[in-house]
Amino acid sequence: MGAGNLLTNLELISPADFIKQKVQSVQDYALLAAQAVGNLFRRPLYVADMVQQADLIGWGSMPIIILAGAASGAVLALNSASTLQRFGSLGLIAQLVSVGMVRQLGPIITGLMVAGRNASGMASELGSMMVTEQIDAMRALGTDPTKKLVTPRVVATVFMLFFLTIISDLFGLVGGAMVAVLMLGLDSHQFWTSSWQILAFQDVFTGLVQPIFYGFIIATVGCSKHYRLSRRRAGF
Amino acid sequence: MLAFEDKPVLDGISFSLAHGETKAIFGVAGSGKSTLLKLAMGLVRPDEGRIFVLGNDITRMREEELFELRRQIGMVFQESALFDSLTVRDNVAYRLMEEGDVSEQEINTRVREALSFVELEHTIDKLPSELSGGMRRRVAIARAIITHPEILLYDSPAGGLDPVTSTTIIELIVKQRDVYKTSSLLVTHRLQDAFVMASHYFDKQANRMLPLSPGAKGDVPIGFLILRDGKIIFDGDVQQLSHSRDEYIREYIS
Repeated sequence: MGAGNLLTNLELISPADFIKQKVQSVQDYALLAAQAVGNLFRRPLYVADMVQQADLIGWGSMPIIILAGAASGAVLALNSASTLQRFGSLGLIAQLVSVGMVRQLGPIITGLMVAGRNASGMASELGSMMVTEQIDAMRALGTDPTKKLVTPRVVATVFMLFFLTIISDLFGLVGGAMVAVLMLGLDSHQFWTSSWQILAFQDVFTGLVQPIFYGFIIATVGCSKHYRLSRRRAGF
Repeated sequence: MLAFEDKPVLDGISFSLAHGETKAIFGVAGSGKSTLLKLAMGLVRPDEGRIFVLGNDITRMREEELFELRRQIGMVFQESALFDSLTVRDNVAYRLMEEGDVSEQEINTRVREALSFVELEHTIDKLPSELSGGMRRRVAIARAIITHPEILLYDSPAGGLDPVTSTTIIELIVKQRDVYKTSSLLVTHRLQDAFVMASHYFDKQANRMLPLSPGAKGDVPIGFLILRDGKIIFDGDVQQLSHSRDEYIREYIS
């Protein structure tokens, strides 16, 4: 088969169809996200599935969150140390690590880790259930798959990401403290006191609101691939 | 009419299933047999036309209303579609557990009853991955019949199985037809299975399938439906099928 043959096999999509596809996927995603939340107010509520997912997502992600949090805290301290030293303000390192981790780095790193670890897992798990007709079987047996599969995953991810972020922040500070005390020779008590004192309500609030949104986005995107497929098959 | 991506899959399909009758649906791969069952279950909606199941127009029902109706319909999926994270007991009991108002004791009794119908009581605590393909189909049948549905939909229940195991499955379907008088749609591409069903009946005393005496053919309630290119080309009983002059049908049944 020559290159020309390959080229003729390429299918060209008309711009209108392309835009339609994109709008359709935005619509599908928005509907799924709304349904995932709406299901919380409709019976039955699958609490056991929520707990099981929370265990998988929360407890299961703990090691990687601790590792990633500690590593980023340590790196943050190490990288800023030389600059701060030049200005003779190495004492500020605790404040820098503390504000940096709690405001932004903690939520982002935790979100990325959970997205990598769990969102892809959700997509493949639900995808394989789709292919083996388990989703159809579920509907045939009188269960709404968005209630049984999507909502528990969304609730568990939002809930656990919040607490994982707190743990990640804490271990970020531990990592920063280790670098500050062991490598830079700062006093450990001073590190913890100043990192605690610099934090304002605004910092903690911003840092803990983010995981709620990240968790929602991670879980709904992870589940949406399966959902698009099933809606089209359902002929809506 | 039903089309996927503008390509019609089923077009102008019209047939009815009498009470207690089993209708075997044939057709080559991709002729829309499984889709037809999913339409009957309301899992897929037609683009045009109407489908009546137990007197209800399912094309106009919302998903929540369909859940209620599906209680009276059991479906056996092509590859069993058992939930692989649940044990055999929880798979079979799934619908009862979902309903929530059935006591644990009653669930156990009914699971045992359904499993004894398919002769698989000993697998109750196993996971689907520990079962053979034939056993999984039988568990799927047990799961479909636990609520004593009025209609059963079998999607290639014996597909991909060896002749001995597939006869066991067919025997179960015949038993369901003759003992419980359940109406059913049976999708298959194995004509011999359907002929076995047309020429045998289930003897309750002997607890096995026996051939009908000569001359009694046609006494068992079984019909045949053949699909080709999304259309019905044959709808009738075994006599009409064997006397059909249509070349395609002759080739199919030969």
